[in-house]
Amino acid sequence: MEKNNIKGWLYLIPAFLFLGVFMIYPLVDVFVYSFEEGYNSASQTFFGVGTYNYSYVLHDPYFLQAVKNTFILVIITVPLSTGLALLISVGLSSIKPLRELFQTIYFLPYVTNTLAVGLVFMILFKKTAYSDGLVNLLITAFGGKGVDFIDGPYWAKMFVLCFYTIWVVMPFKILILTSALASVNQVYYNAARVDGTSRFRIFRRITIPMISPMIFYLVITGFIGAFKAYSDAVALFGTDLNAAEMNTIVGYVYDMLYGDSGGYPSYASAAAIILFAIVLTITCINLLVSKKHVHY
Amino acid sequence: MKIVLQNLTKKFPSRNKKERGEVIAVNNFDFEIPDGKLVGLLGPSGCGKSTTLNLICGLQKPTAGKIFFGDDDVTNLPPENRGVGLVFQNYALYPHLTVQQNIRFPLENLKGADKLSKEDMLKRVYEAAKLVQIEELMERKPSELSGGQQQRVAIARALVKMPRVLLLDEPLSNLDARLRLQTREEIRRIQKETKITTIFVTHDQDEAMSISDMIVVMKDGVVQQIGKPQEVYDNPVNLFVAKFLGTPPINVFEGSVRENMLYIDSEAVLDVKGAPDGPVSVAIRPEGFILREDGPLHCSLGRLEVMGRDVSVVSSHPCCENTAIRSIINAENKVDLASETVGFALKPAKTFLFNRETGERVYFTSSESGRM
Repeated sequence: MEKNNIKGWLYLIPAFLFLGVFMIYPLVDVFVYSFEEGYNSASQTFFGVGTYNYSYVLHDPYFLQAVKNTFILVIITVPLSTGLALLISVGLSSIKPLRELFQTIYFLPYVTNTLAVGLVFMILFKKTAYSDGLVNLLITAFGGKGVDFIDGPYWAKMFVLCFYTIWVVMPFKILILTSALASVNQVYYNAARVDGTSRFRIFRRITIPMISPMIFYLVITGFIGAFKAYSDAVALFGTDLNAAEMNTIVGYVYDMLYGDSGGYPSYASAAAIILFAIVLTITCINLLVSKKHVHY
Repeated sequence: MKIVLQNLTKKFPSRNKKERGEVIAVNNFDFEIPDGKLVGLLGPSGCGKSTTLNLICGLQKPTAGKIFFGDDDVTNLPPENRGVGLVFQNYALYPHLTVQQNIRFPLENLKGADKLSKEDMLKRVYEAAKLVQIEELMERKPSELSGGQQQRVAIARALVKMPRVLLLDEPLSNLDARLRLQTREEIRRIQKETKITTIFVTHDQDEAMSISDMIVVMKDGVVQQIGKPQEVYDNPVNLFVAKFLGTPPINVFEGSVRENMLYIDSEAVLDVKGAPDGPVSVAIRPEGFILREDGPLHCSLGRLEVMGRDVSVVSSHPCCENTAIRSIINAENKVDLASETVGFALKPAKTFLFNRETGERVYFTSSESGRM
C-alpha cells in the first residue's frame, strides 16, 4: 500500500512540476505583486505593502471603462450566442436534407484565420476613402443614415464588437449542442408524442432539461471566455483600445504590463486579481443557479 | 374498444443501396381484437410485432390497410388523437421528472374542454398510482427506482389519460426472472380491473401463453396463427408455430407416411389415418411420449432430469432434428438407466405431422381420439 502510494506520487511529479512552475507559482506571484506598491521589475524593488494598487486601479477611468465594456460584452454575447446556437442546433437536428452542408457552413468560423475574419469585418463595417463599408451601403440603400462603426459612436463600436464575438463563439456552441441533441434518446420524443405533447412543450419540458448539462457547460465557459475577451477588440479597433473606448479588463492588464503606458506590473496584477474575483463570483452564482435547473 | 386491423401492411425502403428492394415488416395483417381482451403479439425478433404496435399507436404510418378503433377509422390520425397508452420497452420515463410529474405529464397536455384543474390532475395521478401500487414512490426520480417499479410508473403514465387502448412493448424483457412472473400477474390484474383492450408484444412464449386471452403468432411480418393460447398450443397450423410454442421445445423428427402408418426410421410408430403418403416432419410434444419398454419408437437413452412431480428423459435419435429429445413423464414411471435404449409410444393428440417442404400441417385421424 505504502509503496504504491510512493509510485503514484512519482507518476504525478511531471504534471505537478509543470503546473507548479507555469500555473501555481505565477498565480501566487500575481497575488503578491498586487499588494506590493510601486514594484519595479527592472530593479526588483518596491516601496511598501498595501492596497494602494487596488485603489489606483479602481479609480482609473480607463479601468472603469474596461470593466463597463467587458460587462456589456458578457451580458449581451453569452445569452445571445447560446440562445442562437440552441435555435440553430434544433433547426439543424430537425432537417434531414443538406444537414451536413449547413453543419459545415456553421462550423467554418471556428477554423477560419482570425486575420481573414478581421478583413471580412473591415469590408463589412470600416469606412475608408473608397467605401463606407458594406453595412453602411445597405443602410443608405434603405434610406438610413450611415454610421462609422469603427471610429464612430460608442454604441456602434460596441455593436460591432458584440456581433463579432457572437459570430466567433457560436460554431463551437452549435457543435456541442447538435451532438447533445443527437444523444437524446428518440424514445422520449415518441413517448411525448403518444401523449399528445405540443412541439413547444416537448422542447421546453424534455429537450432543454435533457441537454441542460451541456447548456450549462456552454454558459460557464461562455462567461469565462467573454470576461477574458481582448484579442477580438484588438482585431477590430487596433492596439490603442483606451483611445477607442473599447478596452476590456484583460486589455487593461496587457496595457499596464506592455502598452504605451506600460511598466506597471503592480497595477496589472491588481486588475488581474479583480478580474479573477469577478469571474469566481459569477461562476459561483452559475453553479448555484444550475443546482435547480440542470439535470444530470 | 374493439380494434380492427384491415390488410395492414408496412414496407420499409431497403437500406442496401445496391439491392433496391423493400423490407416488408408487416404483411397483410388482418385481425379483429375483441373489446376488453388482453392480446399477446408473439414472434421471434424481427418478425414485425413491434412495427405492428407502432402502427396501432400511430408512431408509424401503414403503407396500406386500415386500422379501426371501434367504428372510428384511426389510420390517418396522429398518435395523440387516437387515445392510446403506450408502455415502452425501456419505459422511457423522463429522468428529470419525479414519478408524480411523470405520471402527470400526459394530463398536462390536455387542451380545451378536456383541460383538467390541478386538483383533478392530482386525483387522477393518485388513482393511477394506486392501481399500480406505487403511491409511496411519488416524489422519487426514475433513477431511484428498481426496474419493476419503473415498469409500474410507465404503466401508470400510460393509464392516467384513460386510453381506449393500452399497448405494451416487451413489458417484461428488462426484468429479472422472479420479477417477471410477478409483473405479468400484475399486468393481468390491472387489465382485468381497467377492462382496457390491451395488446402486448413479446418474444417469450411463456409470457404470452400465461396471461393472454388470445395470442397472435407472427413470423417475417406474416401472421401465422391467432387463437386462445391453449388452442394454438394444442393445434398448431404449421411447423413454425409448433416449434415456437412450448417449453421444453417440441421434438421434431423426420418421418414418412406409408399406407396410413407413420414411420420414423423404418419403425412404424403411429396409426395416422387420412394422411397422404410421403415424407413428413413429425413434431411430438414432450408430454406426448408414453414410456413403454415395447413402445415402437426406440431412442438412445441419455440421462434423466428430475423436476419433482415429473422427470424429463433426455434421449437421442438419428432422425431427430433436435440434438436432444426431451420427454416429460410422470416420476412414478421407473426408467432403467442401465439400459442403452428407451422405448416410447406416442400420444396421437400430442403428435403433429407437417409437410416436409411447406411446413403446413398434415391432418390425420387417429384410431384412439378421432380427428385431430
